[in-house]
Amino acid sequence: MKTPRIKAIAKKEFIQIWRDPLSLAMAFLMPVILLFIYGYAITFDIDKIPTVVYDMDKSSVSREFINQFHESGYFLINFSVESYKEIDPFLDSGRARVAVVIPEDFSKNIWKGYNAQIEVLIDGGDSNTATIAQGYTLAIAEGFSQRMRGAKVTPLIDSKSRVWYNNELKSRNFIIPGLIAIVMAVIIALLISLTIAREWDRGTMEQLISTPLKTPELILGKLIPYFLIGFADTILAILMSTLLFHVPLRGSVTLLLGLSAIFLFGGLSFGMLMSIAGKTQLAASQAALLTSFLPAFLLSGFIFSISNMPKPLQIVTYFIPARYFVTILKGIFLKGSTLNVLWLEALLLTLFAVLVFIAANRKFRKRIE
Amino acid sequence: MSDRNSDSLAVAVQELRRTFGDFIAVDNISLSVRKGEIFGFLGPNGAGKSTTIRMLCGLLMPTGGIGTVGGFDINKESELIKRVIGYMSQKFSLYDNLTVEENINFFGGVYNVAKKKKAERKEWVLNMAGLSDERSALTRNLATGFKQRLALGCAILHEPHIIFLDEPTSGVDPISRRNFWCLINEMSQAGTTVFVTTHYMDEADYCDRLALIYRGKIIAEGTPTELRKKYMTRDVLEVNVDKVVEAFNILSFHNIDAAIFGSALHVVVDDAEKSRERISIILKESGVMVKGMDKIPPSLEDVFVTLIEVS
Repeated sequence: MKTPRIKAIAKKEFIQIWRDPLSLAMAFLMPVILLFIYGYAITFDIDKIPTVVYDMDKSSVSREFINQFHESGYFLINFSVESYKEIDPFLDSGRARVAVVIPEDFSKNIWKGYNAQIEVLIDGGDSNTATIAQGYTLAIAEGFSQRMRGAKVTPLIDSKSRVWYNNELKSRNFIIPGLIAIVMAVIIALLISLTIAREWDRGTMEQLISTPLKTPELILGKLIPYFLIGFADTILAILMSTLLFHVPLRGSVTLLLGLSAIFLFGGLSFGMLMSIAGKTQLAASQAALLTSFLPAFLLSGFIFSISNMPKPLQIVTYFIPARYFVTILKGIFLKGSTLNVLWLEALLLTLFAVLVFIAANRKFRKRIE
Repeated sequence: MSDRNSDSLAVAVQELRRTFGDFIAVDNISLSVRKGEIFGFLGPNGAGKSTTIRMLCGLLMPTGGIGTVGGFDINKESELIKRVIGYMSQKFSLYDNLTVEENINFFGGVYNVAKKKKAERKEWVLNMAGLSDERSALTRNLATGFKQRLALGCAILHEPHIIFLDEPTSGVDPISRRNFWCLINEMSQAGTTVFVTTHYMDEADYCDRLALIYRGKIIAEGTPTELRKKYMTRDVLEVNVDKVVEAFNILSFHNIDAAIFGSALHVVVDDAEKSRERISIILKESGVMVKGMDKIPPSLEDVFVTLIEVS
């Protein structure tokens, strides 16, 4: 391999990206936009659930109970109604997601030491919110009954959970580290997939393959500029995560950057392979989108938990390098994990990168088919 | 890197063949090109010129046949061939969003031109292409003639021994075409072998030797003079008259083959001496004044049209 040739290819490719506004926007604007959308707009944290109350009891006890909802911070009691019929429009229109109905004998039962029942209607349209609201309701009812009972009975098991790594349970902390993997997948899918196919389309490849240029020189030369751009994006994403979104970065930055570089190299080689296999620009970019961006988005555990997927899909995730990278990112950011813990993921990423780079080199033919 | 063989042939292929499915693009052709000559590969569009040139350059695998280019086997050593040749494809193949200078630098790098020589070769190409003052211009903004010369320059930056040019003059204006051929001539004088395809028959006379390809087969081969002698058995008379169009119409009416060439007519006849008188009489009777009539050597265009009509 001759370095002047690699340098010539890399330089040419870089100039071409630099002069193409669309490529530039994709390279530097897209990551920022993605981070903004996911950082600000999507949140799985649930608080201030709009709630409507139908209190038939109207006693001090029932008011105290309702107040518990209010104080928890999870519910926002902004409506009060006087009949069942009035509840429906609130739930139907989405003005309220939860309705709490307190029966007439609520306080009477409590004073007598009977089991007092309440009714809670939850809008199941958003199942995530519904499940969480249900949990909160139960917890509030439990706490309230304990208080009313006094400390007379000690429960046999008193479970007190403590959340590690992300103790405020902020979904942002959970989403953003994984998002770095997605940002890179976008660069890979949309930028590099065109690089070989475009040269075939425009006829410049015919000139290139008539020269003594060797395949690894061509592929490496083309990878370098995209690698540098991808790496700059990674640093940008890390900076935005920590400075703008205050996601804690507890592990080693060097390890983070090193493993990102490996993921990037593998991903770019894969995009290159798609570009070589696709031949036309359209085929190549679609293939790249389907095989790198979408799986990274859906099957990496970035948002959707892998353990909740059906078994066959879980097996598929083992073949998606983004899966390992998301684990690495979350580990380093939230747990401060070191290579002692992440070695398997790091090894698999490296293996993937090497195999795909070799495959891309083998797939490329310095000939017209 | 130098050529391997010391014999006098730059290109030698036998029974070269290429099919695409059922279509036979190149049908068992054999060729030999001597070192330092300008070899013209002529034929109409779709005759198999580009397919042949691509096989010779190691860009396309032959379906059959054997041969060497620069002494290297076309079937097994295509990567070695690529070190000794320069190739200019039919489609403009420089990067149009790079400047003139960036394109030259790029190919200088790809051909791994020695560092010391790089600057000198760059200036040579800029000069040759007449682009010394346009070095920072984007290539896409150049006129076709300049683009072609720049493409040629980039293809020969590394001073190859053999140059393959696929329709280098197509779409270029006549003056640029003439200049382009001057360049090719200079390179040949300097010892470079030039293999050039064209569908402009009038360019055939610039070549040392020619092969005519038609429907994948070579139908004629030789020097321009040989081809004229061998294949043009009929004579051509150049007739100078005062009213060209009228004269043309009269001769056509009498079933005599004529074509207008400027202010004169080219008349194709079986025997010049016998026909001289008859043409004279016909034209005089119709009131056309004949100023002169000479037997001239036929142009290669006449030769090829005749050949293609036969096959």
